[in-house]
Amino acid sequence: MTTEEWPLWEVFVRSRRGLSHTHAGSLHAPDAELALRNARDLYTRRGEGVSIWVVPSAAITASSPDEKDPFFEPAADKPYRHPTFYEIPEGVKHL
Amino acid sequence: MATAAAHHTARADGMTQTDAAAYEAVFDAAVAADERIEPRDWMPDAYRATLVRQIAQHAHSEIIGMQPEANWITRAPSLRRKAILMAKVQDEAGHGLYLYSAAETLGTSREELLDKLHTGRQKYSSIFNYPTLTWADVGAIGWLVDGAAITNQVPLCRCSYGPYARAMVRICKEESFHQRQGYELLLTLGRGTPEQHAMAQDAVDRWWWPSLMMFGPPDDESAHSAQSMEWKIKRHSNDELRQRFVDICVPQAESLGLTLPDPHLRWNEERKHYDFGPIDWTEFREVLKGNGPCNEQRITQRRRAHDEGAWVREAAAAYAAKHNGAGRAADGHAHTAGGPSADQAGESGEA
Repeated sequence: MTTEEWPLWEVFVRSRRGLSHTHAGSLHAPDAELALRNARDLYTRRGEGVSIWVVPSAAITASSPDEKDPFFEPAADKPYRHPTFYEIPEGVKHL
Repeated sequence: MATAAAHHTARADGMTQTDAAAYEAVFDAAVAADERIEPRDWMPDAYRATLVRQIAQHAHSEIIGMQPEANWITRAPSLRRKAILMAKVQDEAGHGLYLYSAAETLGTSREELLDKLHTGRQKYSSIFNYPTLTWADVGAIGWLVDGAAITNQVPLCRCSYGPYARAMVRICKEESFHQRQGYELLLTLGRGTPEQHAMAQDAVDRWWWPSLMMFGPPDDESAHSAQSMEWKIKRHSNDELRQRFVDICVPQAESLGLTLPDPHLRWNEERKHYDFGPIDWTEFREVLKGNGPCNEQRITQRRRAHDEGAWVREAAAAYAAKHNGAGRAADGHAHTAGGPSADQAGESGEA
């Protein structure tokens, strides 16, 4: 008798060629092959995808919401990374 | 959902009171600004508990709801109807799985959820404790039960908890097929022989009142409503949604050529809503307590299906262990293991 649960997988679906895979949800499966089949049945019953990735949830390293501010802060004080930072004389075209 | 169950560490345990107050302020501000709360965000324990209770009950309803309809798959009157019904019942299973996953992001496990369903510690919607006596019931469930569910669920797409809201978006898209196939089924029967018309009317007569009860007790008796609305888990009150549903159904019933079994039903020009008769809440409470016509049968069948499926789960786990050695998926090696997995990793790895 197995009491251990099947591991959790995250499912990413490419809805059509030219777009990247997007997180669709998660599911339990004993291995990668069944995770893929279950993902097909669960997330593409109406032709929502042309390609699926399954990733063991345990393999994902995520940033912590607690350090969200210090972690992303370096981006906040660099407005010069945005094109709107620069003043261009009126009438200059294609810029 | 990527940051699922194992990571919900940002709880009040071990924090100072100042920390807790600061976290709570961040949470309150996010809810007030209509932002979504995500799995690893700090949230009040009561918010978490409310969501687990609600999402679990919702998930259980989806999979218990497969039973009354599956009852008619083998007796569907045509191949077309049979294929439709199978697709619908499969959708219900899918909805259950979306919702179980959403509940798991709050730190509970699938096993725990199923165990609580099987031991009666978590509920499912009382509507599924009514029997499906005739083929027309499949139509009445699609039109009325799924219709009531949609009325309830559309606002949940804007629920403050991200994973629940996202699951509801998927579910609502799919429910629309469920409701329309039911309506079409009743329409076909309603336009058929007098016997078929009578069968459709009988089904509507039996499902109308239980469908109205699906919105829950009246606002002044609803235990969780006020707090849930404050947290933006719930966006409208039970009575408000019930009224919305009645207003939608009356003209739809007219188009079907069927009547709704309520002598008090009439347009109120002043309120710009339909008035309707009193609901028998004694019946609702009895069914909720376990005394409905099918409570025992539903849960017995659910437990049996789970027990009889145990060997499949064990075999699949044994197969995975054999082919991945110790490297079960949880260790992160499954994707690069030999056999079919390697091919799939190659294919999905293309940029």
